[in-house]
Amino acid sequence: MIVRIMGEGQFDLDASHLDELNRLDDALGDAIDSGDDDQFRTALAALLDEVRSSGTPVADDSLVDSELVLPYAEAHVDEVKAMLTDEGLIPDGRAT
Amino acid sequence: MSMIFRAKADKALDRAEDPRETLDYSYKKQLDLLQKVRRGVADVATSRKRIEVQMSQLNTQSGKLQGQAAKALELGREDLAREALTRRSGLGGQITDLGEQHANLQAEEEKLTMAAQRLQAKVESFRTRKETIKANYTAAQAQTQISEAFSGISEEMSDVGMAVQRAEDKTAELQARAGAVDELLASGVLNDVTGTSKDDITVELDRLASTSDVELELARMKQELTTGPTGDVPKQIEGQAGTAEPVETEREEEQR
Repeated sequence: MIVRIMGEGQFDLDASHLDELNRLDDALGDAIDSGDDDQFRTALAALLDEVRSSGTPVADDSLVDSELVLPYAEAHVDEVKAMLTDEGLIPDGRAT
Repeated sequence: MSMIFRAKADKALDRAEDPRETLDYSYKKQLDLLQKVRRGVADVATSRKRIEVQMSQLNTQSGKLQGQAAKALELGREDLAREALTRRSGLGGQITDLGEQHANLQAEEEKLTMAAQRLQAKVESFRTRKETIKANYTAAQAQTQISEAFSGISEEMSDVGMAVQRAEDKTAELQARAGAVDELLASGVLNDVTGTSKDDITVELDRLASTSDVELELARMKQELTTGPTGDVPKQIEGQAGTAEPVETEREEEQR
């Protein structure tokens, strides 16, 4: 499974990590709902660290779409909220 | 996964008459973006260097104020020393702030540099893929092949594009603050780095120094007057030893 951390690049993760990712994602979701930036930051850092540590970086010259896209590490909770209300983290049609 | 989004497919292909044109067009856009990222790296580096210059100027100022405080104390002007130290502590805050901005920009510069590397590698892969497709082009398979060719690159471009935007926003904000520091450095509060103009503390210390030099000289001269040559007897003996000879010579001449 290919996961992108925005601004950082793509990682290849084994599907066995999905449960742990989902758990961290739920925590992130709660943090976003609470609107508390500290809680959000901790949850986001935990999720990104999990991706970095259990995934292998995708080669620079490899052209693959990501199945998941995660916000960049220093994103503010309000920024991520705004992204979530949009059509998605990565908008359409930018490449052409 | 509720919070995480799948990148959406690029629908632009539907609009192109000859899909091969889409490949070339996209490639051109990729090169444009690559240029933009490199410019972004250069902009961030420029801002970082500007902050380095400001930090060194502020550090020089801080050292100077410390010296001024010491000098003012020596001259018994505690009020002036306090003023110098107060200004110095104000600078300390500025220097800390600039240090944080510097670290921030450095991290941004590294991120963008990495992003430029990644994008360059991906653009190169795309070019190879594009040339292969064009060489073996048949209208029937074109649509699928070309759709596949875009996988990965659109997403990378969106991500890099947003990263450059973030860096630009951050740099613009920091530049506004750097402008404020420049103004501060240029104002009378801080000394001109060229040393052509003097700040008020320096002026006062110079005045004090010259006044105290004059006072010291006056005091010394008064001392001489009131105590008279006898007051300096121990010193004068050596001096008189030298002058005694001509006197004696004169006496000898008188005796002759």
